[in-house]
Parts: sequence; C-alpha cells; structure tokens
Amino acid sequence: MYDIVIIGAGVAGGFIARELSKYQLKVLIVDRQNDIGNETTAANSAIIHAGYDAPADYLKGKFNASGNAMFDIICEELDVPFKRIGSLVIGFNEEDRCTIQKLYDNGLKNNVPDMRIIERDEILRMEPNINENVCCALYAPTAGIIGPWELAIASVENAMDNGVELQLETEVVGITKVNNGYIINTNRGEIKTRLIINCAGVYADKINNMVAEPYFSIKSRKGNYYVLDKGVNLVDHVIFQCPTDKGKGILVTPTVHGNILIGPDSEFVDDKDSTATNADNLSFVRETALISLKAIPFNKVIRSFAGLRANSNINDFIIEEAKGAKGFINVAGFESPGLSSIPSVAKYVVEMIENMIGGLKHKDNFNPRRRKVICFNSLSEKEKGELIKKYPMYGNVICRCETVTEAEIVDAIHRNGGARSVKAVKKRTRAGFGRCQGGFCGPRVVEILARELDKDWTEIPYDSSKAYILTEETKNNQQDRKQ
Amino acid sequence: MLKYDVVVIGGGPAGLAAAIEAKNDGVDNILVIERDKELGGILQQCIHNGFGLHVFKEELTGPEYAERFIEELKSMNIEYKINTMVLSLTEDKTVHAINPKDGYMTIQARAVILAMGCRERTAGAINIPGTRPSGVFTAGTAQRYINMDGYMVGKRVVILGSGDIGLIMARRLTLEGAKVLAVVELMPFSGGLTRNIVQCLDDYNIPLYLNHTVINVKGNHRLEGVTIAKVDDKKRPIPGTEIDYDCDTLLLSIGLIPENELTAGAGAEIDLRTSGPVVNESMETTVEGVFACGNVVHVHDLVDFVTEESKRAGRSVAKYIKNQLSNNRTGFETKGLEGVSYIVPQKVNIDNVDKNLELFLRVSKVYNHVKLVIKADQETVKEIKKRHLAPGEMEHIILAKALLEDKNFKNLTVEVKEED
Repeated sequence: MYDIVIIGAGVAGGFIARELSKYQLKVLIVDRQNDIGNETTAANSAIIHAGYDAPADYLKGKFNASGNAMFDIICEELDVPFKRIGSLVIGFNEEDRCTIQKLYDNGLKNNVPDMRIIERDEILRMEPNINENVCCALYAPTAGIIGPWELAIASVENAMDNGVELQLETEVVGITKVNNGYIINTNRGEIKTRLIINCAGVYADKINNMVAEPYFSIKSRKGNYYVLDKGVNLVDHVIFQCPTDKGKGILVTPTVHGNILIGPDSEFVDDKDSTATNADNLSFVRETALISLKAIPFNKVIRSFAGLRANSNINDFIIEEAKGAKGFINVAGFESPGLSSIPSVAKYVVEMIENMIGGLKHKDNFNPRRRKVICFNSLSEKEKGELIKKYPMYGNVICRCETVTEAEIVDAIHRNGGARSVKAVKKRTRAGFGRCQGGFCGPRVVEILARELDKDWTEIPYDSSKAYILTEETKNNQQDRKQ
Repeated sequence: MLKYDVVVIGGGPAGLAAAIEAKNDGVDNILVIERDKELGGILQQCIHNGFGLHVFKEELTGPEYAERFIEELKSMNIEYKINTMVLSLTEDKTVHAINPKDGYMTIQARAVILAMGCRERTAGAINIPGTRPSGVFTAGTAQRYINMDGYMVGKRVVILGSGDIGLIMARRLTLEGAKVLAVVELMPFSGGLTRNIVQCLDDYNIPLYLNHTVINVKGNHRLEGVTIAKVDDKKRPIPGTEIDYDCDTLLLSIGLIPENELTAGAGAEIDLRTSGPVVNESMETTVEGVFACGNVVHVHDLVDFVTEESKRAGRSVAKYIKNQLSNNRTGFETKGLEGVSYIVPQKVNIDNVDKNLELFLRVSKVYNHVKLVIKADQETVKEIKKRHLAPGEMEHIILAKALLEDKNFKNLTVEVKEED
C-alpha cells in the first residue's frame, strides 16, 4: 500500500515527487512511457517565464512568479541547466505599446520583479538583430531558459535517491475507490494507495473521469518548432511578440545548450498523441518569426518538431482535490506557464496533502542534491586529462557533434531512472542532438545500451518500446564481420 | 607537448594517401589521427566493388581499397592513433585530441592535413513534415548497421534522394531480402553515377521517381508509411499527385556536407559553395601550413579522385616542410560563372604548379552538347567540348601551365556555353 501514487512522470509529476520525497511517505510514480518526461515535457519552449502574462486571479498568475524565483536553488541542487537571460516582449506600434503597458501592469499585480518598459535604442543595443522597426519592449530580467526534460529527469532521480519508486511502461486503465484509498488498475497489475496525484498531461481528464465527476476537459494544443544549429548568434534574450487577437506570436530564444529555438504556433488537435509537424504550420512559424528579426538563417535548421500543450477548458491550471473523489488530486491543464510554476505548485500540493492526511514528517536523511552530471565537453583541458586518466571511458568520444563520451552515456544508463532508449540517452547526454542528428553516434549508442543492459541490439528502441530500430541480424552477418 | 612535422586529421582514404605521399617525399615525423576503431574511414563499410578503377586499374571493394593504403602506411612505419578524437585545432597548428589510452594530448605540428571527410544531410535539414518515428535513417548509417554491425534496418523501404550511397543501399537492402519500393528524387536528374542507377536500380526493377519528394511521414512509434508527391518547377508538391507507401523504413540519401568544424575553428576561410575550406593549388587552406584534401574540401564521386587529390596535398606538405613551397600570395582566383556551381582550387599561385593546373568543378544542372569555356579575365584560354554534363559527375579540367604563366590576370573563370 502506497501513501501516494503519482500518475505521470513529466515535469509536474516528477517535481511533486521530489517535493514529497522530503517527507516520510511511501510514494510511487507511474508513467505509460518508457522514459521520464517523454511527452509534453519533452517538447515545449523550455522557458521559465517571468510571470506577467496570466491574470492575477488565475492559478497561472498566482504560481508563475513565485515558482520562477525558486529556480536558481533548485537547478543548482539538481544540476539542471538554467540561465536567467531575461525576456523581451517587443512592440512595433502604439497598439503594441498599449499591450505592453497592460502586461507590465499585470506583472506588477503578479509580483514580477525588476520589469522595465524600454525603448528602441536600448532594445537594439541589447539585441542588434531585432527588426529595426521595433519601438518598445517589456523587459523582464527574471525570465530564464531551462532544460525541461533534464528538470523532470533530475527531479525523479533525486526523488528516487530519497526513496520514491518509479514504474515506467505502466498505463493506468482504471481506478477503483476502496476504503482508505484507491486501487489503480494498470497493464502491469493493481496498485493500492491512499492518495493519487493526477499529473497525466493531455490525458488528465481521462484519468480524472475514471474515478471522479467529469468536471473538466483537456485538449491538446499543438505547436511546431524549428531548432537551429549551435553557433548561430541570433539573440541573447527570449524574444516574444505582442499577443494580439490573432495569437501570442512566435518566440525566438536561445536554448541552454546554445541552439536557437523558434516557435510555437497554436492549433487544437483531436488526436491527443499527435506530435506530427505540418508544412503549413511550419511556414507560418517561419514567416511570423521573421517579424521579430532582421533575418533568420533557416539554412541552419537541424530539426523541426511539434509539441503538445495540455489545455484545460477553463484555460487555467486545475490544482485541487477532484469533485467527488476524496484523496484524488488533479494537477491538470498544466500548460505554459506550468514549467515555470512547478516549484510553487509542488509546495502547494504538499500543503493540500498535509491538510488531507496531516502529520507529514520530514525525513532526517533527505538529500536535496543529485550527484553531479559530468559534461565532458564543458570541462577545462586539465580536468579532461585528469578524468580520462582516472576513467579511460571519458577518452572515448561517441557523439562527435556534441563531444559526448562513452562514460557519460554509461552513467546516464545506470543512474536512478536511467536511460533505456536511444532517445533517453539523447535527452540525458545530448548524444544525437547535434548537426548530424545521431547519424554517426546512433549505432554506437545502440551498442552501449545493449551491452550495459545485457540485451540484443534488436531490443534497443529509439523511443518507445514499439519504436524498434533494427529488425534482425543480416543474412550473412558472420561473413560480413570477417570482411 | 607532443611534436610532429605533420599531423593528419582523419585516417580515411584522404588522410592515408596524403600521409603516405608526404612520407615518400621525405617527411619523417608524421602522425595520423583516426576517430574510429580502425583506419580506412567510410570505405570500411562500402563492401560493394567498383573502387580503384582509376588508381589501380582494377575493381576493388571499399575495404580492399583501404587495405592497400593501410598496409603501405604500416610498412612505412607511419605513426597513427585510432579511437582518437581531435577536439580542436588552433591557428598555430596545435592539435588537441583525446583517447582512452593517451588521455588528453596537446600536439604541436609544423603542418596539418585536414582529412575529416563529410557527413550526411539529415531529415532535420530538409524538414520533412510528419511524425518523428524510428525507421528513418541516413543511407550511410543504415549501411553501417548492415555492413559493419550485421543488423537489418527494415523490411519495406522507400529511399529519398538518389545520391550514390542511396543507390548502393537500394541494391544492398534488396540482396538482404528487404523490398525497396521506390527511390524518390526531388531534382529532375539523379545525383548519383549513371553506372549506379543501372546496376543498383534498373537491374532490380526498383522505380526511380524524379521530380518527387516525401511530403509526409507517418507512425507514432516505428515508421508506418510515407506519402510522396510530384513537385513543380519551384519544388512545391503538386496536389493530386500523392502516392502512399506502407513502409517501415525511410532511407535518406540527400547529400553530403564536408565536416569543417575544426577547419573553421582554426580560422580557415570556408567556401559557402563547397562547404569546404578555400584551398589553393597546393591544397593549402587560408591558414598557412594547414592543408586539406578529400571530401572535407568538396564531395567527390569516386575515391580514386580523393586519392589523387590527397597525394597532391601530401606532396605539397612535404615541400612546405622543406621550405620549397612558394608563398608568393599574389596569384589568381578561380570563379565559376554560368552553369558552374563551384571550382576547386579557389586560389592559384602558378609558381607552385608543376606542368599542369588541375581544376575540379561541378555544374549546376544537366547539359548536353555544350562547351566549357575557360578565360583568364576576358581572354579565352581554352574551350572543351562536352557531350554531357551532370551535377552528379565531377568534371576535371587540365590546363597546361604554359597557358597561364607570364600572364597578368586576376580571375580564371569557367562557364558553360552552348556549342557554336
């Protein structure tokens, strides 16, 4: 019997688990995927918003700025890439200026610190590549960029280090209310628990409806993105366009790893799982992004992708005990600024639980720090040399584009919540994220995964367990090897 | 700090030939650095034959071709390090490299030969709409899985792009029991060699769709199908021409890109047309003492030409080490005009040309019955009749030194003209 089962190992479920791991509770996270942070967490703008957007009487407005303020400590403890680079909402006319003023005023209500409305000259000094017709901007220095799936992975790993359990490839098919809790039916059998926290992303409504009154719905709102190669020095801040009736515009931002991210558009899709990109939507992203900047080197695109936002019918987060299901907590509709709000939301959820069951006791031995992830490429010459002397596997470069070594990949496999797929290795080490997109390192990563997990090469998937890479050995495998 | 006269970065056909030639010409202290687990480069996964017709006058497989150079290199006691990755190269010719055995190495070279080859263009670069399932491979990656690692990549295959690796893989996959449903080419002509179209597609009844592209990729996990469509002259898909294929594999053979991160890091000028360094007649980049050869300079069709170019680089490096290379930098530049997409070398110092100046170039589209006109500024120095020119086949022009010396001109131009 668990005290708490969290459904969904995205950034919401993962971070709440980490918060709960501070207490003497028996906690389990389940996810239908074979990796942590593999759905909405894996494909979004990777921004920690300052918090001036959402109305103050929305949960989105309540939790964003306070969540934002916590990221420095969290990312230091969890060793997650995070940079507070600041954001600009840029305006080109008087109508935009009005919008920017409104955002500023709203930001004050939401307690966003240090905002300023700045004028053309200052904007162009900060960002020389911005379209020269810019007239004003809302500058919010507290906005930042983060590795979103790194945050989810690090949170779950740290939670596991502190006793939380993780069960992947576990799909919830039904929930039954029993005395003192719930029985969760999954493809892997029954799980008994006192409380449930529903962090199921685009399926949060479906999970809610298994046991509670169907009082909200979640739609997938899709966004297409482009990723540009490293070394394109386009912008140093997150550049937003002014929201208008037509939409929120397209943003251009650096990523924590030195790429440029451009997107997203916004389109409701019926298929909740569909992350297919679309040519028309990508051209929209391209054309709209060009309003912000003088030029964008689209010949440096190394990837396009689409991600989903879990949009609730009330356009706000739903963070509460479900109607008619005691001890079942929804953390739903967790679209942007969900990532930015999660530290604050997690604390709020713990308070809810304290109020429900009372007497939460801190663990004496809670360790807030995750074991450091060694990123070989960012070390000094001397450190590199010493590391290879100690662990020769650091001298074996597997991913040439991102200079990822064998030792880093092996470490990513053997940590708590470790990698089981090529994509999971990619999310943890960046092997395959570079300009060759895994062309060179793909086979080597498959080889290392197979070796470390004691599996055949054909058992190593790219992503989900159904996303197999290799079908069988070649007819004349032996003969080929001799040649 | 380690010290060598010449450090060769890359132990594929280019690096091997350059190192051997430099040694032959009297350079003793050479180090070849290879990142893979063996020398030979991509040749090791090219198990089909057809290599060596020009250099050895016989047909060899890729590994056989490589083996001849590897044996020679070893018999000459040229030093090499495998499993060794070069992290950076600086303008003063310091090479930073690592491997598990030697750790972090800082190597000072008097001259460097860049021979890193090229990489494949990926799906990301051409933005195919649709999902991101497994089963989408670049042709070279699939070749490595099949020929080196001994694993099949799929059963029903569509190939996008008709570059040589894609054509070779169409045959290879068929021989391994897979069904290759179609080869789809965006351009009105194939980027591959004619002999490969005949031997790899026609002989196996694999259809080639010119002026077509993949417009959708389906499957949330493994690839489940692709949609192809005909394109108009602006490369936009034409509605109503769609063909759906049920397939589990999409191979991409959509071009090769010279791999020049180290080159750019050393401060060498990159030619945006070739994506390789600007080189002179001696295969020297714009950084003195840093030479380059093979696919890192421009993508070749045949390894034989890589070998010849790399031998030239090796000989030049030997001259450089012996201070015999004229560094008179006031030569002329080559420029491709109408119909010529690039020319290598881009700069020429005629003092360093022995008897003939060799130019390598590609045309931008298919031409029949035309001539290549070569001019020194305005003066025509040579015309060469051509029955057929295609972007997939590199052209080689030999100009006698006598035609060019004692002339004072800035640009040597090449253009395609209708025959009179």
